[in-house]
Amino acid sequence: MSDKVLLDYGSGGKASQRLIGELFLKNFDNPELRRMNDGAVLSVTGKIAVSTDTFTVDPIFFPGGDIGRLSVHGTVNDVSMMGATPKYLTCGFVIEEGLEMETLERVVSSMGAAARAAGVWIVTGDTKVVPRGAADKLFINTTGIGEVIVDPAPAGDRAAPGDAIIITGSMGDHGLAILSTRQGLAFETPVLSDCASLNGPIGALLRGLPDVHVLRDPTRGGLATTLNEIALASNVSCELDEDLIPVRPEVRGGCSLLGLDPLYLANEGKFICIVPGTDADKALKILRADPLCAGAVRIGTVEALDKPGAHGRVVLKTGLGGKRLLGMLEGEQLPRIC
Amino acid sequence: MSLEILDQFHDPALCKNVLARLNDTLTGPLRFMEVCGTHTVAIFRSGLRSILPKEIVHLSGPGCPVCVTHESEVNAFLDLAGKPGVIIATFGDLMRVPGSHGRTLKAAQADGARVKVVYSPPDAIKLAAENPDSIVVFLGVGFETTAPGVAASIIMAKRQGVTNFRVLPFHKLVPPALMALLSDDDRESGGGIDAFIMPGHVTAIIGIEPYRPVVERFGRASVVAGFEPLDILQALLFLAECQRDKTPRLANLYRRVVRDEGNAKARAVMAEVFTTADALWRGLGRIPDSGLEIADAYAAFDAKREFDIEIKECPPLPGCKCGEVLKGKLPPNRCPLFGKACTPAKPVGPCMVSTEGSCAAYYKYQVD
Repeated sequence: MSDKVLLDYGSGGKASQRLIGELFLKNFDNPELRRMNDGAVLSVTGKIAVSTDTFTVDPIFFPGGDIGRLSVHGTVNDVSMMGATPKYLTCGFVIEEGLEMETLERVVSSMGAAARAAGVWIVTGDTKVVPRGAADKLFINTTGIGEVIVDPAPAGDRAAPGDAIIITGSMGDHGLAILSTRQGLAFETPVLSDCASLNGPIGALLRGLPDVHVLRDPTRGGLATTLNEIALASNVSCELDEDLIPVRPEVRGGCSLLGLDPLYLANEGKFICIVPGTDADKALKILRADPLCAGAVRIGTVEALDKPGAHGRVVLKTGLGGKRLLGMLEGEQLPRIC
Repeated sequence: MSLEILDQFHDPALCKNVLARLNDTLTGPLRFMEVCGTHTVAIFRSGLRSILPKEIVHLSGPGCPVCVTHESEVNAFLDLAGKPGVIIATFGDLMRVPGSHGRTLKAAQADGARVKVVYSPPDAIKLAAENPDSIVVFLGVGFETTAPGVAASIIMAKRQGVTNFRVLPFHKLVPPALMALLSDDDRESGGGIDAFIMPGHVTAIIGIEPYRPVVERFGRASVVAGFEPLDILQALLFLAECQRDKTPRLANLYRRVVRDEGNAKARAVMAEVFTTADALWRGLGRIPDSGLEIADAYAAFDAKREFDIEIKECPPLPGCKCGEVLKGKLPPNRCPLFGKACTPAKPVGPCMVSTEGSCAAYYKYQVD
């Protein structure tokens, strides 16, 4: 193969076939993909959960991960959050003409490794090559299919007064890793993305504790935005204790330098789980048994809204004992002037 | 400064102790204004506002650089953003500020204008070097804190022979605005400021002497403070003591960052590149000698001259009370547009746009 991706590779002709055989099949190998059909015929039992996501991260390699791994983790996690065991992924690549073949290989290999580690098969895919400038290096779409473990599934509108709000580790790592790389900033302690597939701990949690009300991963918009979505959908007040929300010192320091708030930064390897208050300790015990969730901690409680007609909201009790709203983000966080 | 030292400045036990002393010292209502937007946000974010004694009335002043940028200045850079061959380099805060017709740099960018968010003026010089066929215009918005860095970058561009770098100078100076504010301050029109928390970063440059008239001529106690909860509580305690003693005083309680005499070197760099000029402030109008223009020696870097930009008074946005809010005469939630026609998602006025604007802070953080 040539050392750069050419428009020919997306033509559907021999060049495409070589790319599929020598790159994708080699790295994603599984019995279904090996049949080289136009699509896949899959066996599942019971209800299925489906989720899709498109990954456009810049830079495509970042401390702690790359776009390939992220495209597996992200969709595996979205399917898991539906209370399901992810089984299969499809993938679509949009490649900018001229991308180094070596770069594509690194990404695809990383994607294959992430899929194997998560126990999912990549069963069908598509590749398009677009002229230079029509895309930025590489975009990847993945769609995931999973078997539902619990029914009714955990959902954003099921948070109820008295429930405990648990998060599985420190907030903001992924977002700051990406932003600091983009800005060319190097911190004394490097900040790594937390990107990881969470189907392991979620499976363990749902099997040990079927009545989980809400499962969500606080990706774009971070903890604050995701909790606001839950509070609005469930029409409740999420009351958090600021001192209990874990943020690594290096993330806090980096955020303060860039004028960012870690509670609004994306995470790719953490989730929020909301369970009945009486089940909180059991949930924490199950979660902490998994290294990915060793930092699981209860950060607050769901309460009823105090006024009729009020909208769901998130209230933060600060270290000083004061209270303030933790609102939704408007668009992206922007660096500030002083 | 290490994070451990900063941690002490929001230690709950220390804060409670100062809060108790503040309660004991207060002899009546104390209406204080914090001049700086970073203080505004710190007061809301830390939850301080919800635990302050009820005698303390908190007013936010004209210290958010985005908020005081005049409508006509916003219109000027929006016009510039559409010009062929121009790349606008800006701090992120300005991206969502609406001009007279509700247009923003974000919208201009979507329409094809070349706009790049930068973290510092030298990034804009780099951008200019990378785009030799375009003119990179850096939007010089900000107070005495930002102006020396912009001045230094102009000197740097001259030394490096970068010929396609320009600055659109809309910098503003804090002390003249305070004098203007106090000349117009009275209880009848909803004002009545008893005391000031002065900005930490601005004072690090200008020193404390420029505030002397606030204390001596206008009789308002003034204190320079840091941004941690303990800094703010100690500042309020100082202001309460002045009120109790009926003696307005000036103090610098932010000595870990601010020297009383300020930073003479930074001021010299500013004086080398800029000259003072009248400026238009949103809400406050035209204030003599409160702005900066590029000196003749550096005219080649002046976007105002190059593009023949004239800043004219224009009518304020209909219904928007940002001007009254900036003068401390109206609490944000009493503006008829607040939370209805004007929200952070669709801001009418700049106090709702900037993360440091008092309306945005009120909307985002105030629980009840």
